[in-house]
Amino acid sequence: MEIPVTFKLYASLMDYLPPQAEGHAVTLQVPEGTTPIDLLERHGVPMAEVQLVLVNGVFLSPSQREQPLRAGDTLAVWPAVAGG
Amino acid sequence: MGWQKKILRVNLTEGTCTPEPLNMEWANQYLGQRGLATKYLVEEVDPKVDPLSPENKLIFATGPLTGTPASTSARYSVITKGPLTGAVACSNSGGYFGAELKFAGWDMIIFEGRSDKPVYLYINDDDARLLPADELWGKSTWETEKALHRMHQDPQLRVSCIGRAGENQVLYACVVNDLHRAAGRSGVGAVMGSKNLKAIAVRGSQGTQVADPQRFLQVVAEKKRILAENAVTGQGLPTYGTQVLMNIINELGALPTRNAREVQFEGADKVSGEAMHEPRGSEGKPNLVRNQACFGCTIACGRIARIDKEHFTVINKPEYWGASGGLEYENAWSMGPDCGVDDLDAMTYANFICNEQGIDPISFGSTLAAAMELYEAGAITDEHTGGVPLKFGSAEALAKMVEAVANGEGFGKDLGLGSKRLCEKYGKPELSMTVKGQEFPAYDPRGIQGMGLTYATSNRGACHLRSYTVSSEVLGIPEKTDPLVTEGKPALVKAFQDVTAAVDSSGLCLFSTFAWSLEDIQPQIDAACEGEWSLDRLMEMGERIWNLERQFNLAAGIDGSEDRLPKRLVTEPASSGPAKGMVNRLDEMLPEYYQLRGWTPDGVPTPETLQRLGL
Repeated sequence: MEIPVTFKLYASLMDYLPPQAEGHAVTLQVPEGTTPIDLLERHGVPMAEVQLVLVNGVFLSPSQREQPLRAGDTLAVWPAVAGG
Repeated sequence: MGWQKKILRVNLTEGTCTPEPLNMEWANQYLGQRGLATKYLVEEVDPKVDPLSPENKLIFATGPLTGTPASTSARYSVITKGPLTGAVACSNSGGYFGAELKFAGWDMIIFEGRSDKPVYLYINDDDARLLPADELWGKSTWETEKALHRMHQDPQLRVSCIGRAGENQVLYACVVNDLHRAAGRSGVGAVMGSKNLKAIAVRGSQGTQVADPQRFLQVVAEKKRILAENAVTGQGLPTYGTQVLMNIINELGALPTRNAREVQFEGADKVSGEAMHEPRGSEGKPNLVRNQACFGCTIACGRIARIDKEHFTVINKPEYWGASGGLEYENAWSMGPDCGVDDLDAMTYANFICNEQGIDPISFGSTLAAAMELYEAGAITDEHTGGVPLKFGSAEALAKMVEAVANGEGFGKDLGLGSKRLCEKYGKPELSMTVKGQEFPAYDPRGIQGMGLTYATSNRGACHLRSYTVSSEVLGIPEKTDPLVTEGKPALVKAFQDVTAAVDSSGLCLFSTFAWSLEDIQPQIDAACEGEWSLDRLMEMGERIWNLERQFNLAAGIDGSEDRLPKRLVTEPASSGPAKGMVNRLDEMLPEYYQLRGWTPDGVPTPETLQRLGL
């Protein structure tokens, strides 16, 4: 069974979005049980460059990134950035 | 050393420039820049003075590391009693001016009194003179710098000046140096204007000296490597600048939108750091031209941008077609999402005007956002605005109103009062998004709880740069904390406040702390300055500075009752995002914060605290 999730990549990670992406985001149908790590690996995103991972705007620590996504979730990922 | 051990006292009433030795006893307690200049202010200025009167003083202060080979050593601060808040004002700027002032042999300039006629201060090493500024008055910061270069036949002259906003005493006018770096907040430019002081032009050839050159150069090289190898300071900031936060803070549901009625903006992506890289408009070129570094900086986060020549804001205005200071995150937020505007070129135009005429874009954008809500509520009408519909989302209104503030014309005069006075004037004070009279910046405290305490307790009015807990609550630097909880935030805010006060007194840039901890900064200070500058000494100094500022505010009549957030943030829940349904829970944090500070439940430092800190 597949579920819909929105996948967003920002800053220098944008290059890893699939061609059908609009702007920073793409809606994907993924197998149930897919984790953020799965999705990132599937798109060839270098894990060493992954810093900030949000699901529905909520921060995921590295250990939480292997928990399955749910239908309708939005995964948004940034490299190391800051501002102020 | 580190210090030049010399300050310049300029009496504008008498027209005199007098050198005097730096008070080294105070320097040993307050280091330099923010801390040391605040000590001078507290000792010399009655806290109850009218900020725009001759009795107020205006201090330009460097730190012991300003102008040295340390990375990010560009900083200087402007300290005074602020007209927007009535509180202590301390605004920090980069660029090249601060280092040049140091090279001329001065740690600090104290301006007192008021000149009868417009003047500027010319400094060439030991030669310091007040000169007539009649032909500069009325000019923009850009024109002023150009004219001073021509008048002195010196293109390397570094200039810090006010534009027309400062002359007109817009209450959030800033001081601009090197065309687009600014001591931006709290209206320090209005104080400069009130003194009839247009500019400081400085040329220095004396360099800087440090106490232990060999150790200093060794430790500086080692610490520069950390900045280069850190992903944030080595890659993230130079490539995307601070504007990369736009999408992050929006995703987090903490982007104040339409005068903080909402916490997410549907157009955030269009005005983000990433959008600045995308080709757009008729020419197929991006908004961002390149990044830029201040003196000695190895991060280079500054943005140099350009406006599409066919954009409505610059048609037939070729003077704005060139590259100039671009949008930083706070400015982009205030003139973008907070006004509901998603037009990157219009925002860049407004930013150019702010630089050109010396306007704090954070306060301007937030004040315009409040005016837009007042307009929507019918409290402000087309009659007030001269026929300009102040509708949320209107890029035309943004462009017209920034021009009106710059020129001091029509409704621009009302906008120049700042959000608090504007909302009071039009009968809806609750629509002002301010603390102690200063507009808060680009982080909604409903989605980032620690920022609520940060804004409420900031000594210069709402500000992110007094304790940037976003670093921890959002970015995980130095450690990740949950932005939606209040537990632990009082200690976090206090720690950030004290460390920041120490960094702001050194001459280094706060942005270095995305990679450096105070442990990395301490050996640089220790090698540059006489005496032993331990970590404990710096932390205690930071706390001393914080309490000194608090004491000034208390004596000015600003007490704990003003450690409050706008009602909206504590009564109207966030409407979307992770914080949906939440308000800021300041009341859960403030009592513990006072306790940790060693203050009474009313927010007054106890005698024991003052004694412990040598105050």
